[in-house]
Amino acid sequence: MRKITLTVFSFIVWFLLVWPFDPLTGDLDVQSTVAGIIVAIFVGLFLGDRIPRKLGAGNVFKRVFWLIVYVPMFSWYVILANLDVLYRVIHPDMPIRPGIVKVKTTLTNPAGRAMLANSITLTPGTMTVDITDDGYLYIHWINVKSEDIEEATRHIVSKFEGVLRRIFE
Amino acid sequence: MSSNAIIGYIFITIGAIFDFFGCMGLVRFPDVYNRLQAATKCVTLGTIFILIGTAIVTATPAIAIKAILCAVFIVLTSPTGAHALARGSFLSGVNLWDKSVTNKFKERAEEIKAQRGEAR
Repeated sequence: MRKITLTVFSFIVWFLLVWPFDPLTGDLDVQSTVAGIIVAIFVGLFLGDRIPRKLGAGNVFKRVFWLIVYVPMFSWYVILANLDVLYRVIHPDMPIRPGIVKVKTTLTNPAGRAMLANSITLTPGTMTVDITDDGYLYIHWINVKSEDIEEATRHIVSKFEGVLRRIFE
Repeated sequence: MSSNAIIGYIFITIGAIFDFFGCMGLVRFPDVYNRLQAATKCVTLGTIFILIGTAIVTATPAIAIKAILCAVFIVLTSPTGAHALARGSFLSGVNLWDKSVTNKFKERAEEIKAQRGEAR
């Protein structure tokens, strides 16, 4: 089943990227469509096993709803992060106080953790360096406010954890 | 010039400005990790703005869809790349800036190195 899902998904991505329509007549280019189907089948066969297993029980619509909540929230933090970097770069004294701190996440799903690490990297002043199996993240923080695990967790992780838990667990 | 072209060029200009400041951070910041922060954040957003601008200027589905797909891929891959670079450079011995406040990763790095030594 996962193989079929991946085949269909990779064919859709391929189709959107190649867009095999003749620009003048609008006809479908059969040759490249067939090539795309063959490649998609191979990708699905060989890599289908690598998709993470099913998420826990829970309503799919609720997950999608929280994903829709998550996207604008994430975009907002990305813009804030850029203004933050801009400020630190332009300021003549360069107000940075860098260091690597340790924080803890309660997420258990691998996909959720990956999303959390990516989100942390793109948000103001923080970048994920490493993650351990027991849920500790090592964060490079450009302006360290607290070295304490709990305190740093509240500053860095908590703003995304709630939404990501609703999406992935 | 049509109105969507003007909006598109505004997007492209904003993107170029963010890219520029990202590169400035790359030059000004003191060590690998701070530089990676500037490079990842600004270049990701800057490139996304440029891609959105391109999609708006051309206003043809074939190109707009490609640009938006590329934006999605950049959002997913660029933090992962930064993460791999930061981890790799610490493990291969690049230290933090002298004035860094704290480094909790040191012990973990020793652990990883020890595990690798055993594996060999």
